[in-house]
Amino acid sequence: MLRHVTALGGVALDGLRGVGEVAILFFQCLAWLARGLPYKREVVEQFYFIGVQSLPVILTTGAFTGAVLAYTSYNQFVALGVESWTGAIVAKAQVWQLGPVLVGLMLAGRVGCSITAEIGTMNVTEQIDALSTMGTDPVRYLVLPRVIASFFMTPVLTIFAMMIGIIAGLGMTVFVLGAEWHFQWVEISEWMVSYDYVQGLSKSLVFGVTISLICCRNGLKTTGGAEGVGKATTTANVASCIAILILNLVMSIFLFYAQPLWDRVADIIAYAVSEAMSVLIGWWNLAA
Amino acid sequence: MAEGLSDPARAGGTFPGGEAEVISLKNVHKSFGSGDRRISPLAGVSLAVARGGKLVIIGPSGTGKSVMLRLILGLLEPDGGEILVFGRRLSSLDGYELQEIRKRMAMLFQGGALFDSMTVGENVAFPMRAMGERDEERIRVVVSERLRQVGLPDTGDKMPSELSGGMRKRAALARSLACRPEIILYDEPTTGLDPITSDAIADLINDTHASLADIRVTSIAVTHDMRVASKVADRVLMLYGGRIVGDGPPEMFRRLGEGAPAPGASEEDRMIRQFVRGEAEGPIRTVA
Ligand SMILES: Nc1ncnc2c1ncn2[C@@H]1O[C@H](COP(=O)(O)OP(=O)(O)OP(=O)(O)O)[C@@H](O)[C@H]1O
Ligand SMILES: [Mg+2]
Repeated sequence: MLRHVTALGGVALDGLRGVGEVAILFFQCLAWLARGLPYKREVVEQFYFIGVQSLPVILTTGAFTGAVLAYTSYNQFVALGVESWTGAIVAKAQVWQLGPVLVGLMLAGRVGCSITAEIGTMNVTEQIDALSTMGTDPVRYLVLPRVIASFFMTPVLTIFAMMIGIIAGLGMTVFVLGAEWHFQWVEISEWMVSYDYVQGLSKSLVFGVTISLICCRNGLKTTGGAEGVGKATTTANVASCIAILILNLVMSIFLFYAQPLWDRVADIIAYAVSEAMSVLIGWWNLAA
Repeated sequence: MAEGLSDPARAGGTFPGGEAEVISLKNVHKSFGSGDRRISPLAGVSLAVARGGKLVIIGPSGTGKSVMLRLILGLLEPDGGEILVFGRRLSSLDGYELQEIRKRMAMLFQGGALFDSMTVGENVAFPMRAMGERDEERIRVVVSERLRQVGLPDTGDKMPSELSGGMRKRAALARSLACRPEIILYDEPTTGLDPITSDAIADLINDTHASLADIRVTSIAVTHDMRVASKVADRVLMLYGGRIVGDGPPEMFRRLGEGAPAPGASEEDRMIRQFVRGEAEGPIRTVA
């Protein structure tokens, strides 16, 4: 019994240490950013790998979840007589939760694993040491480009997943289940507000950076040959997925309470824009 | 870079502190693991390497030769004692200063450590690019020259995985020689090569040393091959059991290896004799 408790404690400690090391890696990345731009070639390569090459799997995920969600909820809503809500429910779910979380999980699998495997292999074959001896910092050369590419590409991929999910949901309700297109669209445009997108996209930003940091950290910590690389990759994947799920809950709660704040900010922005416009129009009229 | 110009070491003077040693180890300890599984590859090693020298380190497998090279490069930190390179105490340097020191050194890793995501040519060009060389034409010329020197002309466009083990080792050698370093560390440059190629590599080490005589390059090679050792070295060091058991010119080692065992020879001398003759019987126990 005691042995199991000790083992559990060990796992918890490892987890905590991991969180700390990921945070350190994050600050190292920031420090390198502050010292200058990252290596352009590596960044472009990673944009292509993380962004462009992930598109097919992200689109497939988004389309099928949108369609199945529409199908299930439509059949429930018919009984309640509110089938016109289907599109809006799908849109909310995609933008709030499914989009960012599923993109995160898919990226943890597709991108995260390959990051850990690649960096881990470089580590056990002394390539990381070789990098450092040639005056090239591994964090700057390997980690920073991957983190930057994830930072920019995860939200973009999430937008694609959201869009295709909503479209597939609408397609399912309108073309397959035979609902009225007009009512679906009215509900969607009435329900969706700017804060929904702020919520979904800020989650995806955090997920993207977290995945790449966790996977890079595990790669850099890899020891013990091919077996070690395999272990590190599995651990990185599990850790990324768990981190996404936990962060998703935490951020959902936080973002729920932050909504009034965003409404204030949005009001201020709207006010500033309208003021600027009226000033511009004033000038225009003066000039005319 | 500007720092390098005003450095007295570059100008051929002495180092801060006035020593003529490029590398010095003072009572260095290093161990791995803990409890019963604790091993101490280095237990109080002191060593001074003169500028311009050719030092060969020999010793049975697993006695900490590679660990010693890693300590000198700052890839590992000693548990005790101190290491000075170019008169600078490694433990007192920050990451950036360490990088600047490393740019003046080159290391041939035991496993080659070629970057397997790049072609052989890009590998050889890597340290030059890392040092800030922008002239692509010059890089191309130097790369083909270095590859020709190690007997691998026309392999520049191949990937490392397309080369044989020995070819990879030679390509790695070409990479470590690309930048006119002031200290070159070779970790088993000829292990896994046929005797003829080994001899050619020994020649290459000597030629490189001669061609960098203007900056008084210091070469340190780890090897098991006594032929290579006697061809390259002007000083040989034998490491066993965490300490230095022999230190002297190659003739001393050859003499100890020849003839019948001297009566009343010291433990150290018997170890050297056993190693040089390659006998399983003797004071050195490698297989339990
Ligand atoms: N990073 C490390 N972690 C744990 N143990 C290590 C590490 N590096 C080296 N060791 C251990 O230190 C000892 C010395 O290793 P080292 O690689 O220096 O041997 P070596 O003298 O270079 O041997 P060889 O001639 O086989 O290359 C070995 O027992 C090895 O297991
Ligand atoms: Mg070794």
